Amino acid sequence: MTTATPLWVHRRRYRRRRWTARLAALAVGSAFLLAVVPLILVLTYTIARGLPHFSWVFFTHSLAGVPPSQAGGGIAAATIGSLEQVGLASLIGLPLGLAVAVYLAEYGTGRLATVTRFLVDVMTGIPSIVAGLFAYTFIVISLHQGFSGLAAAIALSLLMVPIIVRSAEDILAGIPRTLREAGYALGLRRWRVVVSIVLPAARSGLITGAMLAVARIAGETAPLLLTAFDNSYINANPFRGQQSALPLFIYNQAQQAYQPAIDRAWAAAATLVLAITGIYIIARLLTLRKSGAHRV
Amino acid sequence: MKSPMRVGTRETHDRATPRAQTRRRAIGDVLFERSVWLAACAVLALLIAVAAFLVWRSIPAIRQDSANFLTTRTWLPDDTPPVFGVAAIAFGTALSATVALVLAVPVAIGSAIFVTQYVPPRVGVWLGYCLDLLAAVPSVVYGLWGMLWLVPAMTPIQHGLATTLGFLPFFADPQGLTRQASRSIFVVGIVLAAMIIPIIAAVTREVIRQVDPGLREAAWALGATRWEMVRIAILPASKLGIAGAVLLGLGRALGETIAVALVLGTSFAVDFHLLVFGKNTIAANIATQFAEAGSLGRSALIASGLVLFAMTMLTTLLARAIIYRSGSRERSAFA
Amino acid sequence: MSRRIELHDLSCYYGNRKVVDRITMTIEPKSVTAIIGPSGCGKSTLLRAINRLHETLPGARVEGRVLLDGDNIYDRSIDVVDVRRIVGMVFQRPNPFPTMSIHDNVAAGLKLAGVRRRDLDDIVEKALIAVHLWNEVKDRLRRPASALSGGQQQRLCIARAIAVQPEVLLMDEPCSALDPISTLAIEDLIAELKNDFTVVIVTHNMQQAARVSDMTAFVTVDGPGHPGRLVEYADTKTLFSVPADKRTEDYITGRVG
Repeated sequence: MTTATPLWVHRRRYRRRRWTARLAALAVGSAFLLAVVPLILVLTYTIARGLPHFSWVFFTHSLAGVPPSQAGGGIAAATIGSLEQVGLASLIGLPLGLAVAVYLAEYGTGRLATVTRFLVDVMTGIPSIVAGLFAYTFIVISLHQGFSGLAAAIALSLLMVPIIVRSAEDILAGIPRTLREAGYALGLRRWRVVVSIVLPAARSGLITGAMLAVARIAGETAPLLLTAFDNSYINANPFRGQQSALPLFIYNQAQQAYQPAIDRAWAAAATLVLAITGIYIIARLLTLRKSGAHRV
Repeated sequence: MKSPMRVGTRETHDRATPRAQTRRRAIGDVLFERSVWLAACAVLALLIAVAAFLVWRSIPAIRQDSANFLTTRTWLPDDTPPVFGVAAIAFGTALSATVALVLAVPVAIGSAIFVTQYVPPRVGVWLGYCLDLLAAVPSVVYGLWGMLWLVPAMTPIQHGLATTLGFLPFFADPQGLTRQASRSIFVVGIVLAAMIIPIIAAVTREVIRQVDPGLREAAWALGATRWEMVRIAILPASKLGIAGAVLLGLGRALGETIAVALVLGTSFAVDFHLLVFGKNTIAANIATQFAEAGSLGRSALIASGLVLFAMTMLTTLLARAIIYRSGSRERSAFA
Repeated sequence: MSRRIELHDLSCYYGNRKVVDRITMTIEPKSVTAIIGPSGCGKSTLLRAINRLHETLPGARVEGRVLLDGDNIYDRSIDVVDVRRIVGMVFQRPNPFPTMSIHDNVAAGLKLAGVRRRDLDDIVEKALIAVHLWNEVKDRLRRPASALSGGQQQRLCIARAIAVQPEVLLMDEPCSALDPISTLAIEDLIAELKNDFTVVIVTHNMQQAARVSDMTAFVTVDGPGHPGRLVEYADTKTLFSVPADKRTEDYITGRVG
């Protein structure tokens, strides 16, 4: 082949290409910074505003009898409510989600599996307020249960199931075939292979997935507005009567016009953020330990 | 380590009654498969139940509405006669989500490219986790921060935009409202953008990671710079998946409730003045009106929720279908 | 245009693992040099060090020097983009850009280099003629490249590589994913390419090395986990008929590998 274009064309153009490349690197780098700026701002600001209002009273008392204009009171009722609602939601959502994931990963080859996989993915798009409306129409008014922690837990579990299914199916599918075959070679039935070989092997990944899902639903507010409905008093029974929850506490205190209420909102927000990022970091460290073990 | 034990149990079983053993195990298999199959069906039933209950419980409201539910802008369901419609709030929902997308998409795609192509993979994974953590921050905390920090911080900026770029319809401020703290669609858009960036970035990251490494190498070998490699090898191969990621983010922005309820000032205006106080979204309207609403009011809110459900489901359905077609079913705990 | 390549004490690493150990050899311009050896001996890594593609993998690095007509491509003053424009590469699996047309695939490198639009068609045509693909695709230049057969795709990739007028062409087992007839076409093509380029080809197929190359280098490892070393480097005829080293003889007679 003959040289159709003199080399100097490349040279001169190359300076521009190098500048474009540098600008692009700068642009994507700043895009990343821009994306994490809100994270840093929100986390530091929330903790800076919330920490000064942490106190013994704040963690051990409810808001009973404390008007919005006065300092005092705390998140005891909200914490109990949150723990019960998230706990109940996990009790429903984790087994259901895991079962669906087992179905998809171990048996899922047919039409139903394809449809389920797709619709589970679509379910991740259900807005949390719609999950709340569903629990409200179903539990609160159709079953005449009234507002309760249980209704909140149902709404939360609806949001939790698709998250669990997706992460668990992914982890189960990553369990090497040879491990399963080893089980079959020992004469184990399929369900025994799943229960005593596949699930234990996937344990740490499943736990991480479950923790991330819990972190995700623990901060949901919208569904609780329509189901738990908030309560200034401690109601430890999640099956009957209105309940408070941390996100509800934050939301309702934030809307008050008085500084003490706003301070309480920040303190509760700091509590919630610390709890959720704590769960998140522990979950991630678990996977780190696991993958580290793999590498060795 | 466990295998010798398993062999042991098997031998003892076999020594007992082999045939009964086989049958019992077969039953165990059938039962197990049936139960996980049932779980899958239950999840599908759940999705149908959500739609069914919303439809059922919104019928009374739509029947009693004295105005057209789809075209009316006001929301007075507990008046006599009840007058309400989703026009204004559906418009506000779409507008706020659009603003959020415009702000979020470049940032999200840029950061996804950064963490996958510009830093060593091991660092990239951790930076990706940082982005995911952004999605773990509860929306009520974003709302609190948006209301008490971002709105005051944005007030001079919004006023500046309105005075300098006010000739653009989006930045117009005909009544001079931006002088005061303005809980506007624009600020809501920023908060929503912060919330959907991690979702779009997570899916985009996964889509990019699925691109055939051979294409990267082909571009490198042609003497491409890093950016040219991204432009000719990565982006064309992943554009479908990225489109799906963007739609997924849109779905999330449409349905976000609490952050909008806390940040946005409520009005039922239908205009494109982004910097001005007010407007409303379906989700925020449900959150703010529910506690005070009467029974018809609540029923009306459920009907509006049905509209939101339809909007978000269509968006997500389309997003997932596109992502499936692009050949990469992304896997992020948070998307 | 083609250049002499000199490797001096070239070692390649993945993290702490050394995969190529101090290889020194000189590759003459306008010749075909084959690198053969058992799988996992680091021959592909060695090849990828010649256009600095090795370093794009995480944790990969290189020690030693690679000289192109006397210039060390690993020198700080040398830009990696320049190196890769002068040293083109064809991969094991055909990798045309799937969303681009046949024309755009061949023109991809040219567009990056800033070749004027009106010159493009001409160069694309010449490159496609050079790889004997022109007659097959001249009526569908605007159709996607993914519609071509595997052998056609590989020839398209060769056209894409030579369109930017490199001086060295590296080929990493270019026929291993192809059927026998396509392989033959590529081998014939290699014989023609050496008129214009310095060709270095990695292959695990000894017959292929014997058929296409002027010089052959035999690289092997002492055992699993050991880095690849250059055992013998000689005229292809000599290496295959009277190998100087026992290990070479064992390998080419099929006793190992």
